[in-house]
Amino acid sequence: MALVEVKNVRKTYRREAEELTVLDGLSLEIAEGDFVALMGPSGSGKTTLLNLIGGVDQPSSGDVVVGGTNLTGLRGKQLARWRARNIGYIFQLYNLIPVLTALQNVELPLLLVKMSGKERRDRARHALDIVGLEDRLKHFPRQLSGGQEQRVAIARAVVSDPTVLLADEPTGDLDRKAGADILTLLDRLNKEFKKTIVMVTHDPTAAERAHRRLHLDKGVLSNGPS
Amino acid sequence: MSLLSLVLVNLGRNKRRTILTALSVLVALFLFCALRGVLDTLEASIRVGSEARLVTRNAISLIFPLPLSYQERLLTVPGVRSVSYANWFGGRDPVDQSNFYAQFAVAENYLPIYASDIEIVAFDRPQVAGAVPPGVDPKLAAFMNERDACVVGERLFNRMKWKLGQTVPVSGTIFPGTWTFTVRAVYHAKNPAMNEEAMFFHWKYLSEKGMGGQGQVGWYVLELSDPGQAGAVTRAVDALYANSAAATHTETERAFQAGFVSMYGNVPFLIGVIGLAVVFAILLVAANTMMMATRERTAEFGVMKTLGFDDGTIFRLVLVEAAVITFGGGALGALLAKLVIEGSDFNAMGLLPPMTVRWATVLVGVAIAVVIGAASGLVPAWQASQRRIVDALRRVE
Repeated sequence: MALVEVKNVRKTYRREAEELTVLDGLSLEIAEGDFVALMGPSGSGKTTLLNLIGGVDQPSSGDVVVGGTNLTGLRGKQLARWRARNIGYIFQLYNLIPVLTALQNVELPLLLVKMSGKERRDRARHALDIVGLEDRLKHFPRQLSGGQEQRVAIARAVVSDPTVLLADEPTGDLDRKAGADILTLLDRLNKEFKKTIVMVTHDPTAAERAHRRLHLDKGVLSNGPS
Repeated sequence: MSLLSLVLVNLGRNKRRTILTALSVLVALFLFCALRGVLDTLEASIRVGSEARLVTRNAISLIFPLPLSYQERLLTVPGVRSVSYANWFGGRDPVDQSNFYAQFAVAENYLPIYASDIEIVAFDRPQVAGAVPPGVDPKLAAFMNERDACVVGERLFNRMKWKLGQTVPVSGTIFPGTWTFTVRAVYHAKNPAMNEEAMFFHWKYLSEKGMGGQGQVGWYVLELSDPGQAGAVTRAVDALYANSAAATHTETERAFQAGFVSMYGNVPFLIGVIGLAVVFAILLVAANTMMMATRERTAEFGVMKTLGFDDGTIFRLVLVEAAVITFGGGALGALLAKLVIEGSDFNAMGLLPPMTVRWATVLVGVAIAVVIGAASGLVPAWQASQRRIVDALRRVE
């Protein structure tokens, strides 16, 4: 059974009187432990699909089932709790909180879980250790390079040990070297820590790191060249 | 890190803005509590008057005198235990005309009527032993036996750095000439609302030197045997002189004092309105600040929600942030008002009791600060919590 099941999903947006169809009857299955790259031109619906899988947005019709939970049946607090437990999100622009240190940024998702302050700090330290930033705990985002910021963001995404990692153009704002390091890290998280990863990218080199590459164009999904 | 430390860290994000907002709330609550203090003080000046005493004055106005001959007849009114009288003197310090304090010429049984409100804390011994009238504090013996002696309030005594036995000159304004008084006793006000910046001297001295012995008094004070009879006594007294050349107007001492406060007209109302207007203005300032602070962080709230923070938690975080700023500033402002206003010891040259900011006023100030916090944070907190994640994230991406 697939970990992620997207069933006949349609997503439309209303812009004034006009209705825009972003995803049109899309279906997709992602197995546990898979590493999938979603490619396609801008506006093709890649981020929308990622948001639907992450429970950040709701489909206009159809079902999104992750780990046996149908997300279309969840609302508000339930959905927020589900996200906290099951999803790690990595943004293109890192989206770290600028007034928090690296350690505090990674601790942030753990504030939603009942645990002692020490336990929280230990887990955050461990996550930063995994991404190779054990010596940057007290640094603020402005004191880190882009690659280091993205590593902190990855540590924040994995600290609560989620089932699925969703990465939206994780190397889009990085130079080639830093981007390659991030991809190696994602590869390691997939292989060593068995994380299921769905990554949106424009970069064919980045997509090559994935087990499977899918192309999305005008809301329709197709298998890319393997 | 905890949710509270997250709030504190966010407050430190733009320190200048946080400090200025807290300061604006501080100033507003300081003003509010100080203005409430003025109102409280005005009210306290009414409370000094007793319901067990009546004041009889000329029906036309307080500035017109009454004949001294009324005293004996007033004593015959059922329910009246004793009758005393006084005149307003209204002199000035001959050296410093702006240095004003109240002076009263009083009958010898006047101070005993106020025995429960004042106590003699310093006094001279009489040079010649003499009898003290019944009911008069023996500590006032020197005062009673000397024509130009006076009793002064402790606060006035200290402010003027007088000494017992010192001769004090006063320039008369209603009764012209330079008058001299010898300080023979000092009183302390047991009732905090009682004026402690007044001078009391012998009515006889004023009558002989200033009024040519015409026997006129400013007002009578009637001590009642039963405060419950105040209404009946009032009517009886005024009926006695209804058709005379000097008709009387009798009222309780408290109502008499309230008459002075009513001379301020709408000032207390204006003070109250100004206080509320200041608070409302600051509410808008604080709300605007919180709106700006949350608008800047729209994307961050989107990120936090993506991480699993629910709408309620985001709502509470913003609300607590607003409350911490306004509560901190407000509580400090209210406490500062109490310290500064009471520390200044201002009493309008003795015309009012010393200015006070009651603890109840401080608490009201703190409560208002909390309400400002809640009100100013409500809209931004609601907006931050209700914005869809995808819309919030789109702010930067």
